[in-house]
Amino acid sequence: MPEIDKENVIDQEEVLRPKMVSVEITGKTYQVPEGITMIKALWYTGQEVIHGAGCLGGFCGACATYYRTKDDPKVKTCLACQTAVQEGMSFSMVPPFPARKATYQMAELKDPKQDLFTLYPEAPLCRNCNACTEACPQTIDVREGVWRAVFGDFKAVSEMFMDCVMCGLCVPVCIADIAPNLVALYASRAQGVHFTEKPQRLFHRIKEIEEGRYDGEWDRVLHMNEQQLKEACAELK
Amino acid sequence: MDIHELQKIVHKTRDARRTQTLPKYSPAERDTLIKKYHPDFRENAYRSIKFGPNKGELTVRELATLLEGDSPVPADLDLTPAHTADVLVVGGGGAGCAAALHAYAQGAKVLLATKLRLGDSNTVMAQGGIQVAITNEDSPIQHFLDTLKGGHMKNDHQLLKVMVEEGPSVARWLLGLGVLFDRDADGNLHVKKGGGSSKPRLLTCSDYTGLEIMRVLKDEVLNQKIQLMEFSAAVELLSDGNGDCTGAVLQDLDNKRFMVVAAKTVILATGGIGRLHIQGFPTSNHYGATGDGLAMAYRMGAKLLQIDTFQYHPSGAVYPEQLIGALVTEGIRSEGGHLVNAKGERFVNELDTRDVVSSSIIRECEEGRGIRTMSGRIGVWLDTPLLEVEQGPGTLDKHFPAMVRQYKRYGIDIAQDPVLIYPTLHYQNGGVQINVDSESGVRNLFVAGETSGGLHGRNRLMGNSLLDLMVFGKRAGLTAATRANSMKEGKLTLEHVKRFREEARKHGVSSGIVSPMLFPAYAKKE
Repeated sequence: MPEIDKENVIDQEEVLRPKMVSVEITGKTYQVPEGITMIKALWYTGQEVIHGAGCLGGFCGACATYYRTKDDPKVKTCLACQTAVQEGMSFSMVPPFPARKATYQMAELKDPKQDLFTLYPEAPLCRNCNACTEACPQTIDVREGVWRAVFGDFKAVSEMFMDCVMCGLCVPVCIADIAPNLVALYASRAQGVHFTEKPQRLFHRIKEIEEGRYDGEWDRVLHMNEQQLKEACAELK
Repeated sequence: MDIHELQKIVHKTRDARRTQTLPKYSPAERDTLIKKYHPDFRENAYRSIKFGPNKGELTVRELATLLEGDSPVPADLDLTPAHTADVLVVGGGGAGCAAALHAYAQGAKVLLATKLRLGDSNTVMAQGGIQVAITNEDSPIQHFLDTLKGGHMKNDHQLLKVMVEEGPSVARWLLGLGVLFDRDADGNLHVKKGGGSSKPRLLTCSDYTGLEIMRVLKDEVLNQKIQLMEFSAAVELLSDGNGDCTGAVLQDLDNKRFMVVAAKTVILATGGIGRLHIQGFPTSNHYGATGDGLAMAYRMGAKLLQIDTFQYHPSGAVYPEQLIGALVTEGIRSEGGHLVNAKGERFVNELDTRDVVSSSIIRECEEGRGIRTMSGRIGVWLDTPLLEVEQGPGTLDKHFPAMVRQYKRYGIDIAQDPVLIYPTLHYQNGGVQINVDSESGVRNLFVAGETSGGLHGRNRLMGNSLLDLMVFGKRAGLTAATRANSMKEGKLTLEHVKRFREEARKHGVSSGIVSPMLFPAYAKKE
């Protein structure tokens, strides 16, 4: 290990010696080092995880989890790969909820804002309980998003749900049987396919390539020897 | 010392650093730096492969062992197919979904099998963006040359030309599916500059580009009702006895049963290798990145390329413990974030290629200018608050919501405090050799995405991976579907496994290692 000036060492007392904490995992109590993630706590206790582990980086939504902290009656939601364990915590990973996903040929829809009500007829039945928003580990205002979708503001939905990892934690809590994440995904895709400007510059470039605009230059570059290529690369700024 | 004490020097030196410009290294300086500090040049981490298509070639020990590993399938397995398909796609990430959708659109009977869920992949984590040359100042040729330069001139020219030329049309395909790339005020696609690129050409969906693409592709696979088998890992390929691929053996991970799939063509899109933790490095990769496709293709006789070179992403988190190995997006450096050593100095042009930046971070740490954490890891500072100073308060929140959220969970406000980073194992530069149609050296066995090799040379440029997935996923899907249309199903045998086992015996390999390994062994055994 290389020498490091001892001034440049983080040695805060609380992190030097990891403290063992007591946590309850799916109803069983274990001792695990404080501060490791819930997924790591599962591994630490010798459990293989297949259902419930994915990217391990907080993006794929595989590890949706319910948890409660010591003495707090409130059951909260989180992603297990992103949440540190602490003394007295209880948690259980959430099995996939059998939500209904509508299927559609997005490009062929004639009136996607109206079609929402055929594909997801439950969407306008939101009773404003706000449970979905409270359940979202990404802190998206899910309830607001559902209403925006219903009122046809797909642009707002697409912006609000860019953070959505599709963990599905908003679904089981819905008393109107809405799958808000799926409604939002539909609205976002519709926004992209039907209500977004066609980027002219991109289409122009595709045309240029198809018309052979670069063929001459390709011919020149692909016939260069290694030295000439190196020089061409060196000229890049 | 308390971390906040150590961070003070970053705050103190910020103003002075803002006026400083660091030149990029000359080609000679780059070479010297990389050879001295890049993990690819640690000789004792390498050994030669004992047998098979790459016999005698060097690779990292972890991969050599995996490639020489034994098949989990018994020689007398009943090969009566449980499923048949024109195209069997193995892997449910970006390349797999693109391949499945394009093959399906050609009318092929497609089966997509993946060992986790559809979409669980590295693709979903890609934050930097996708490189497509669209501006007037830019061209596919520039993109080609940038990539070649980044790849140390070792890229396959034909593959690379295909990738850069088809970039714009795959961007159009993604837009047509509803992917919401960031826009300029005039409606054109917004482009950002990425490390190692001479022109801005990264298309982004804030810092969720991979997530957005993956969400849309996944939804589309489900909409098209493509036959899907999740938690079903491919563990062996099938051959017709003459070396052509005719299907695969899957294993249901819940009941451990083998399932035989007879497929006219197979597309391996199993991703990379980070979870082998080469040389003990932490990794940014997803849970299933264990090089399954490499092991299966190798046993089948496919040649691998450039498997001695890996990409260590410069900025993996080192602190807090929970984030070790997790990626801190390159976007921070693209937008002007400085790398700062323990003395408060910058030490590399932050926008140089990943191998150069990683090597220079390792140099700083090995020469004693790093910061050590309590778990014994070392890192340097990435000055995130600088972006707020340069571009105004709220910049990080607006441009890097994923990263802000990632740290906020641990009580760290990256707008106030710099973060500690060190290179993390990120990408397998090489892989299975393919042609421009994404076909490997084994007939009817296609390989797309990170599992394939040759395209990126010895160092992949930021934003070229998502592009690779979309372009070669498409090519694999289209060619496989067309091929399947004009052929009959082949015989199903495990002849290649038999031959491979004989070879292993001949070379005295009896490590007892079974590959593919499917998942890293993290569960603590006592």
